[in-house]
Amino acid sequence: MGNLKYFTNGLIKENPSLVLVLGTCPTLAVTTAAVNGLGMGAATTFVLVCSNLLISLLKNYIPDKVRIAAFILVIATFVTIVDLVMKAFTPDLYSALGIFIPLIVVNCIILGRAEAFAQKSKVLPAILDGLGMGLGFTLAITLLASIREILGNGTLFDLRLMGENASTILVFVLPPGAFITYGLLIAIMNRIKLKFNI
Amino acid sequence: MEYILLIISAVLVNNVVLVQFLGICPFLGVSGKINTSLGMGMAVIFVMSLANLVTYLIYNYVLLPLHIEFMQTISFIFVIAFLVQVVEIILKKAVPALYQALGIYLPLITTNCAVLGIAILAVQKEYTIVMSVVYAASIAVGFTLALILMAGIREQLALTDTPKNMKGFPLSLVTAGLLSLAFMGFSGIVK
Repeated sequence: MGNLKYFTNGLIKENPSLVLVLGTCPTLAVTTAAVNGLGMGAATTFVLVCSNLLISLLKNYIPDKVRIAAFILVIATFVTIVDLVMKAFTPDLYSALGIFIPLIVVNCIILGRAEAFAQKSKVLPAILDGLGMGLGFTLAITLLASIREILGNGTLFDLRLMGENASTILVFVLPPGAFITYGLLIAIMNRIKLKFNI
Repeated sequence: MEYILLIISAVLVNNVVLVQFLGICPFLGVSGKINTSLGMGMAVIFVMSLANLVTYLIYNYVLLPLHIEFMQTISFIFVIAFLVQVVEIILKKAVPALYQALGIYLPLITTNCAVLGIAILAVQKEYTIVMSVVYAASIAVGFTLALILMAGIREQLALTDTPKNMKGFPLSLVTAGLLSLAFMGFSGIVK
């Protein structure tokens, strides 16, 4: 039970996308369709859990002075694995996410968790923290992507929600829509936090 | 002509921040004042051009001959982190004035995903070495342009009375959205 708080922490209270506002580049870039958001979230969660696990195992062996370089090496290794696996098994998703798969390396959520949490905690809390943060990120970007896909394209997970001739607000799947929707989502989150004192 | 199109496309049409969503973190973090944005922009122009030059050489003369292209992500991120450190040390000794101006922004650049992103994009697009460096420099100019525009707007916004829950990131993001809308006007100039 005591370990559960590490897991729930990342979901709402310290949600990486909506509260900490980390990892903004993939959040804005890949959220044109809900499927892409989910895929990006899953890839990031995998890297986050694996790197948290390995770094917490290696914490006594990594010299303090080169720790950032060591963390980046660990993260880059898992990103390369994800990159190759996605290229082989989900080619459509791979081409939709494009350059943002290798860029998971510089996603500040992952390095941030390694530095702030995994390097000084035991294995189980580190895994749960990675899982919680990863799922929080996935939820947030899937939500953002769903809103953009519904408003901009009239579909959700490629399922048509509106009639053939219904007019959609195209700007939501274009870059400006990403900025504006994301900004308003954070504003709503702030409002909820102010109201309920989270 | 080819180069002019490349430059216009990189600076305006495919603006790195507002259209390609790279380097959002420094864009939101450093765009509070015009002066600091200019400093950050100069540092990015410098490092990005250098990073593209070095990653081009690494990719074409090390990774390709050895058939280890899958090492691209790992090798590039290390080269960039290393490069930033070296540039910092050299500038400190050789050009103290420039170091004074860029100093505090240099370490921040390692975490700038635009540097790694543009290096990978240039490899994907199979640019020649000169084009790769020109591309990086123009992308960085586009970054600086977006940063300065944003800083100008935010300096004014800081004086206005805004709803509590919109303060900070939400307002910056909505502003960036409107800027991005304006930049969409450039699309179509270059294919």
